[in-house]
Amino acid sequence: MKQQITLSAFNLGIGYRLRGGKEKVIHPNLNLQLYSGQVTCLLGMNGAGKSTLLRTLCRFQPSLSGEIEIMGKPINLFTQSELSLTVGVVLTEKTNAGGITVFELVSLGRHPHTGFFGQLKEEDYKIISASLDAVGITHKSDTYISELSDGERQKVMIAKVLAQECPIIVLDEPTAFLDVTSRIEIMILLRKLAKEQNKSILLSTHDLDLAIQMGDCLWLQSRDNPMKRGVPEDLILDNSLESFFRKDGIVFDRTTGKLSSPLSKIPVGVEGDFNTSYWAGNALTREGYLPSTPSADYTSIKCVSPTEIEIKYANGTVGHACSIEEMLKCLTNRIL
Amino acid sequence: MKKQIFLGIILLLLFACNLAYGSLSIPLKSVIEILFGSFEGKQTWAQIVLQSRLPQAVTALLAGSSLAISGLLLQTLFKNPLAGPSILGISDGANLGVAIAMIYFSVGSYVTTILSAFAGAAVVLIIIIYFSKKVQNNVMFLIIGIMMGYLASSVISILNYHASADKVHQYVMWGMGDFSGVSLEKLPYFASFAIAGLILSLLLIKPLNALLLGETYAANLGVKIKSTRILILLCTGLLTATATAFCGPISFIGLAVPHIARLTLGSSNHKQLVPVTILAGGCVALLCNLLTVVPGSNSVLPLNAITPIIGAPIIIYVIVNRKNIQYFN
Repeated sequence: MKQQITLSAFNLGIGYRLRGGKEKVIHPNLNLQLYSGQVTCLLGMNGAGKSTLLRTLCRFQPSLSGEIEIMGKPINLFTQSELSLTVGVVLTEKTNAGGITVFELVSLGRHPHTGFFGQLKEEDYKIISASLDAVGITHKSDTYISELSDGERQKVMIAKVLAQECPIIVLDEPTAFLDVTSRIEIMILLRKLAKEQNKSILLSTHDLDLAIQMGDCLWLQSRDNPMKRGVPEDLILDNSLESFFRKDGIVFDRTTGKLSSPLSKIPVGVEGDFNTSYWAGNALTREGYLPSTPSADYTSIKCVSPTEIEIKYANGTVGHACSIEEMLKCLTNRIL
Repeated sequence: MKKQIFLGIILLLLFACNLAYGSLSIPLKSVIEILFGSFEGKQTWAQIVLQSRLPQAVTALLAGSSLAISGLLLQTLFKNPLAGPSILGISDGANLGVAIAMIYFSVGSYVTTILSAFAGAAVVLIIIIYFSKKVQNNVMFLIIGIMMGYLASSVISILNYHASADKVHQYVMWGMGDFSGVSLEKLPYFASFAIAGLILSLLLIKPLNALLLGETYAANLGVKIKSTRILILLCTGLLTATATAFCGPISFIGLAVPHIARLTLGSSNHKQLVPVTILAGGCVALLCNLLTVVPGSNSVLPLNAITPIIGAPIIIYVIVNRKNIQYFN
């Protein structure tokens, strides 16, 4: 499907208007484009203004300067009902909806489409059940919201936004309160929706791993620097992520794509079977070693299979380990 | 739908009981004859049934529904299941409005009484809204409401202190709260205000449901938050003021009935909840009115002695069981 710009911002200033005509500027100048069929992840530390940006893009709060265009039309020219048909949101706000069923909540997504009394027509029912299907929660249609897990609630809110039939979906930290599997499930779901229904999906998150793994595009927002955007891998390779996360006691590891502590790194060579060496590398990193290409100057590890690991020490002696645990023991006892 | 019909039947039964039973005992057969106009016995009996019991039952029905709906609207608007017109001090505001009108301006007409009650309720509502922005915590917010009520009551006490004895007496009698104050002549005024408020509440069903998700979600669903909030508050103020102006401040019905309605219905969906709350409010008020009649004597208990006996246990029940009640979670 053709990827089109659905939302763009030019020289956008975000922040709050205070009393007496003063302004608290959070970011003075943002230039952004959101594409259809893509999942865009907005990353930033607490206080970087992620929520403020999302709120401004959804017109929940006014911008301080600049322009936002949605589907090529300035956001301020939208009536409220037009906007509710164009941008749908999933928020972190606590709801009061424990006493209605999953179906009833998703049917609230039809509000912009229904009449004065909110009566559902046959077409609305079709769209609601399609939305329930798309997030895989149809079997819980008649369950009360209060009886759902956090992950299921999030799916229901996403189904609501699908029933709203907006081309743009904005989600504020959709994975924040979820366990690991639900996080991945939600991200896979959002990817699927972007690809299959050509939605533009913008979400803020603190899950760096997931953003790198699942995001088509990352927006890196910080207080003092201009917004960086790009495909995750490009941002890793050109050191943008490394400088973005630079902070005392934390480094972004370009090889693994993970944040870790900057201990003194002793190089250890790793080679062999891909799977075993990948996880051997993971264990070595945790222990403060630096997995490297094998060399005669330092200890190297040759992974034959998960149960057969050969350790060549720098002095020429060779040891054998049958698990990663044993390998680590050999290293701490014999290295140097 | 079954539950609505069931409630409707209970409502009719309670209404009939209110006509048949009172401090003066009149045989059921005579009551039926009086209602169908074929009674040829004591004229005083006919007068009691038609001039006193009938308007009183209609008043109880409408006042109960009005207070219950204003409680429901406040609970949804403030996302606080323990909000209600009396706990947030809105009834006391209406009360204060009436006190000022009665004691200082010697006003007796129904419309001015309603208007002054409405003005009092509106002032408290505006102050409450101001605080709802400042105080996010549900319990703290309720305490502010209770404080508003105390403030209004103390102003009333100060007014009473300076007023003449007969005016104070008139006001105190009104303040006991009862459904008998609306005579057949006053009934059309009372009924038209109450019914207007109830119809307005039915028109608010769609935005009320969106508000279950919170104001930001509701705005994203196309609800015009500002005007909706004004309409909800107008409706609440009108209903509380009307009930208070004619029947005096009545406690607990506004707070407890929405819970009865949600628990019997098993849903917070306003499409069913608003009509069921109207029915349940009528039922509870009619029941309370029946219970004010002391058996075997011709005296009547004040209404506010009965409403807490029904309302307070319900509120304690929902608070204790809130972990297992869907709409609390």
